[in-house]
Amino acid sequence: MKKRQAVAAAALIVAALALTACSRAGSGGSPDKHGPITIWYSNNEQEVAWGKQMVEAWNAEHPDEKVTGQEIPAGRSSEEVIGAAITAGNAPCLIYNTAPSAVGQFEKAGGLIDISSLPDGAEYIEQRSGALSTQYQNAHGDYFQIPWKSNPVVIFYNKDIFKKAGLDPDDPQLSTYAGFLAAAKTVVEKGGADFAIWPAPTSEFFQMQFDFYPLYAAQTGGKLVVEDGKATFDDKAGDDVGEFWSTLYAEGLAGQEKYTGDAFADGKAAMAIVGPWAVSVYDGVNWGSVPVPTKDGIPADETYTFSDAKNIGFYTACVNQGTAWDVAKFSTSLEQDQKLLETTGQMPLRANLLDTFPDYFAANPAYAEFGDQAARTVDVPAGANTVQMLQAFRDEWSQSVIFGGKDVSQALADAAAKIDEIAKQP
Amino acid sequence: MTTLIENPPRPVSRTRRILGRNPLGLLFSAPYLVFVIAVFAYPLIYSVWISFHDFFFTAPGFEADRPFVGLTNYLTAFQDPAVIRSFGNVGIFLLINVPLTVVLSLLLASGLNRIVHFRTFLRVAYYVPYVTASVAVVAIWLFLFNGDGLVNTVLGPLAPDPSWLINSTWAMPTIAFFVTWKQLGFYILLYLAALQGIPKELYESASTDGAGPIRSFFSVTVPGVRPATVLVLLVSTVTGANLFTEPYLLTGGGGPDGASASPVLIMYQKGLQQGQPDVAAAIGVVLVILVLVIALLQNRFAGGRD
Repeated sequence: MKKRQAVAAAALIVAALALTACSRAGSGGSPDKHGPITIWYSNNEQEVAWGKQMVEAWNAEHPDEKVTGQEIPAGRSSEEVIGAAITAGNAPCLIYNTAPSAVGQFEKAGGLIDISSLPDGAEYIEQRSGALSTQYQNAHGDYFQIPWKSNPVVIFYNKDIFKKAGLDPDDPQLSTYAGFLAAAKTVVEKGGADFAIWPAPTSEFFQMQFDFYPLYAAQTGGKLVVEDGKATFDDKAGDDVGEFWSTLYAEGLAGQEKYTGDAFADGKAAMAIVGPWAVSVYDGVNWGSVPVPTKDGIPADETYTFSDAKNIGFYTACVNQGTAWDVAKFSTSLEQDQKLLETTGQMPLRANLLDTFPDYFAANPAYAEFGDQAARTVDVPAGANTVQMLQAFRDEWSQSVIFGGKDVSQALADAAAKIDEIAKQP
Repeated sequence: MTTLIENPPRPVSRTRRILGRNPLGLLFSAPYLVFVIAVFAYPLIYSVWISFHDFFFTAPGFEADRPFVGLTNYLTAFQDPAVIRSFGNVGIFLLINVPLTVVLSLLLASGLNRIVHFRTFLRVAYYVPYVTASVAVVAIWLFLFNGDGLVNTVLGPLAPDPSWLINSTWAMPTIAFFVTWKQLGFYILLYLAALQGIPKELYESASTDGAGPIRSFFSVTVPGVRPATVLVLLVSTVTGANLFTEPYLLTGGGGPDGASASPVLIMYQKGLQQGQPDVAAAIGVVLVILVLVIALLQNRFAGGRD
């Protein structure tokens, strides 16, 4: 009996070891190889339409290097799906929805190709994106992502609610913290809105990109939350932004609860902090837009914000890397960027965007503000520990600013100390 | 005179000694054995290994140094107040959810076993939340328990402030009530099956001895379904300890301020979002050990000597 148990245990261990050995070797790809490739793009309607036409246009001219395009498989988030694909060795050649916050981890996992190592890699990126491209470099100045498009966030406000509250819908006076808070009180008291603004108050790491970060970027003239391995926000500007949001929550002007729909579209909130995607989404709302506020107000053409960019990842599982690089350049060409603008309303990460597509912005003035704003954006800090840093920030922010359980300045100091420690990790 | 000749023992072949008298049995059980190895044993062994190494996920063929780091991952995990708090949170959850599940499902199963009318309708009604996707049911509970939701409207001035799901005191109990309600149908089915096994004669004898319905319930029903009770205790504890979907969806990632974060939610954040699967594995190993200890205690005290 004991012998049989031993046999069973041995079989179990052998099987486990056999499973451990089940790993695929590298892709065997190289930048010289050409042939069919697969790409993934986002699953929203507009980006699917853009992706399909781009693939069709490429395939028409390159029958021997056929591209198969498909939506990113469903998952809790795109980053988890991509991470799993990297580990399994079945990532596609290019993914047109790679979040900058995840790039450091994908690079550490050996899942991304160093685009700077391609003969014309860095040159192409910098020529297309100009000064904006440097924030997408890693600590060594290399590119593991191709800057693709941004969604610079601004404040949308409901003109009807503002009018009902007795505010001027064409000049809402939202550029300073004092003006914003005064307008917020008025729209809640007289405009019939439940809240003045309702950014997601939930605990996910990325939510700081839609409350704290845009205002901090604006207040500091484009400072990243982490620079040279040190948190920057434990300063006067950070405290001011924190106190501003804290006042909104404490006075019941911002919602502390998760809203199950779209509070702005449903008229529950008078304002929203959104990117250019909102133009088509809020078709039924009489909206206006202004840059995010700063403490004392600065001109719109000097205001920075969060970019909410999505970039192109070039994955090491790719065999025909020569074709993939050609497709990456084709899909970020002037012609395809114009189509991206027209189809999705999202801003190609190009230098001099307004001058590059003057006809489009003249014909679509609603997007012109975003086009102008796209030149002044900041993104998340680079590195493998970005998500850990943003989560540390969010936890302190939730405790202090949203729920009032801690002094705001102390919370920011504590978050900065944690982030400094995290930044030291490899 | 007869001579007894003892048959010499038949030599047992080595193959038979190893494979037993019914080698075909091994063949039949092989698919399940493979399943257990692939889905349970291998990941468990691997996660224990991960928890003692500096580990991160990599692409196939990518050379990464994964040195043995002893208890470093365990120390990193349990020096984080959020991790400690998550274990406390799930403790609160289990203290509410497990007893409530046992009591409610037994009472409702006993009731459903006795009633004549609408029996099938009521059984289905209790089972529907269990088979409905959490994502859909969570949306309804959000509407019910929001600040201006139905529950607060009914309670009026008695409603907690801040409201249930953003109240540090009430967030976890609300999740525990939600999970109890959602899973109840499954446990009622277990008890209904167990109730069929109690002989009618026992109730008749109890009645003859003068026992009323309550006395019969405690003296006949409760001991009669003891094996089912142990099963319900074990299953509800194990599923409760693995709590993830509800804090992820209902309280927006373990809010407010971590008051409803569970260990599995923290494992998800650290392992999948933050690229620290080694620390997440350490949390997972401790969680498995704690659940095993609780399960052993439950079996010891609720399972009786059999």
